[in-house]
Amino acid sequence: MGFAFTVAWRFLREGRFQTLLIVVGVAAGVAVVTYISALIQGLQGNTIERTLGTQAHLTVKPREERTEAVLGAGAASNGTLARDVQPRAQRLRTLDDWRGIEAEMARLPGVLAVTSVVNGAALAQRGEASRAISIIGIDFDGYDRIVALRSRVVAGEARVAPGEALVGRQLAEDLGLVVGDRLVVRAGGAGGTGAADTFKIAGLFDLGSRDLNRRFVYVTQTSAQSLLGIPGGMTNTYARVADLFGAAALAATLRARTGVEVESWMDSNAQLLSALQAQSISTGLIRVFTSIVVMLGIASVLVVSVVQKRKEIGILRAMGATRAQMTQVFLLQGAIVGWIGSLAGVALAQGLLWAFSTFAKGSDGRPLFVVGLPLDLALAVALMATAAGVLAAVAPARRAARLDPAQAIRL
Amino acid sequence: MNTGGVSNGAPLLELRGVRKSYGEGTAVVTEVLHGIDLVLERGEFVALIGPSGSGKSTLLNIIGLLEPLSAGDYRLLGQPVASLGDAGLTRARGESIGFVFQFHHLLPAFTALENVLMPELIKSGRFDAAARARGLELLAAVGLADAAHKKPNQLSGGMQQRVAIARALARGSPLVLADEPTGNLDTHSADDVFALMRRFNAERGTAFLVVTHDPRLAARCDRVVELVDGSIAKPRAVVP
Repeated sequence: MGFAFTVAWRFLREGRFQTLLIVVGVAAGVAVVTYISALIQGLQGNTIERTLGTQAHLTVKPREERTEAVLGAGAASNGTLARDVQPRAQRLRTLDDWRGIEAEMARLPGVLAVTSVVNGAALAQRGEASRAISIIGIDFDGYDRIVALRSRVVAGEARVAPGEALVGRQLAEDLGLVVGDRLVVRAGGAGGTGAADTFKIAGLFDLGSRDLNRRFVYVTQTSAQSLLGIPGGMTNTYARVADLFGAAALAATLRARTGVEVESWMDSNAQLLSALQAQSISTGLIRVFTSIVVMLGIASVLVVSVVQKRKEIGILRAMGATRAQMTQVFLLQGAIVGWIGSLAGVALAQGLLWAFSTFAKGSDGRPLFVVGLPLDLALAVALMATAAGVLAAVAPARRAARLDPAQAIRL
Repeated sequence: MNTGGVSNGAPLLELRGVRKSYGEGTAVVTEVLHGIDLVLERGEFVALIGPSGSGKSTLLNIIGLLEPLSAGDYRLLGQPVASLGDAGLTRARGESIGFVFQFHHLLPAFTALENVLMPELIKSGRFDAAARARGLELLAAVGLADAAHKKPNQLSGGMQQRVAIARALARGSPLVLADEPTGNLDTHSADDVFALMRRFNAERGTAFLVVTHDPRLAARCDRVVELVDGSIAKPRAVVP
């Protein structure tokens, strides 16, 4: 190997411009692959974070009320009897045994936090103005572990105490509220209580979505329960999990174990998931095609190099170099070019990413999203480029090994 | 002596009825060597002469194991080479034969010393201190101790050819094949190079087979083999 490496290295150094050209080519290819990969990874991470920032990974819902047909389907189809089964309007329902569900969820491997909430429709009123809202009764700390609410409070206090509410920025704007103001909330919906309560605004939050900022109003669980007429009841149990993409599997496990209705974020964001998948596929395609282009580049330069170095190959063979040694010389040239090119390419990609993070700013002046170059990605790309270099060198190396030394020397 | 494991009383090389044809299996078959019989003893210094196209280079390539023969028998140190595969031929070449080519054919990417050490690098994969010392000694012996770290393109043609001779001797092979080693040198350099080969022949007992066009140099060899139209004309002894 010492022979092959020494000769490969000297051959590359000797063909300066040619070597430089191909290293730059490899570097450009590697930079593109690395940059795109890091960008897509960052983008996906960012999208997921934004989406899931305000969502629980797992949500347990009360079972839907269903109208059962008294007569079987057969009875209707023989034409003797008309049958009409209408779906029912859904009332606000609570979970059966939410404490049991919480305990069961907490036992699942990979579940980081569990909390239950009371969630119902209501109307927020102030003076002449009123807005339809979602009243959410939470245990602040428990809820904060699922959705980082504390960090999203932009004014006032980050807490919900009895008689207090946290409202979103947009709702506050719509109703002209500031921290310390009072807000009347009237329960609507099928509960039919029509009960009303007055809350003091403890703080304002910004969930990063106008819609949610307009709709969500957080109060204590007890306040929500009495307002909605479901004392002691919870409408949903939320969980946060460690492995995001294992959420659907966990939901299935829980469903099988307890028979409750569980939805994972993957069910409720199917479109997002398929978009992410499409991105991953296009990144993969870009990788494959760039690799092919890089390999063709390396291969063509090495083929030329074999022709240029015929005489040297002949001399080396005359001096006792074996075919295997000549093969190694050219495979190693491919590997060296791939390795050096990939190092340069990764450095270039790092520069591009820095430029992206520095100059591509959102409307708020902050970076669109933070993209780093993970070490494992850099290493994977470098290894891939080196392997591509070796692979590209296979054909030239075989030509070099097959060269007839007598003929090569005579030329 | 490094004899590749065969140390019987066999001659250095022995060719019997060696024929070489090109284009075999095609419509036009050209036979360039028509039954060559040639024996070379250890330590001989032989000139191979003949007009262009007489088959000198082909014969040299066959002896150097660079080309297979079409028919006949070739024994190197008593061993029939027909039985060797590519790996065996490569090994025998490395161990038993050194080459000096007409256009010196040094590797341009390596220094003079590295060129001399190249056979050793091929064999063992590294330049160790002992090999390095031997290489420097050889360069000193060809009068190029100062040029050890120069690249071939910084050396004159005569100097390059002397490096090539040092390289051919690097592994202590019993035979050096030289294809017009002085062909593109001026008379003075040619004399130097030739004298060098004769000196190594005398000092180390290395056999030389030298292809040359120069009757002046041929006259200074132990024996002259003349090749005419692919056959050996008439062996004649020359008084040194």
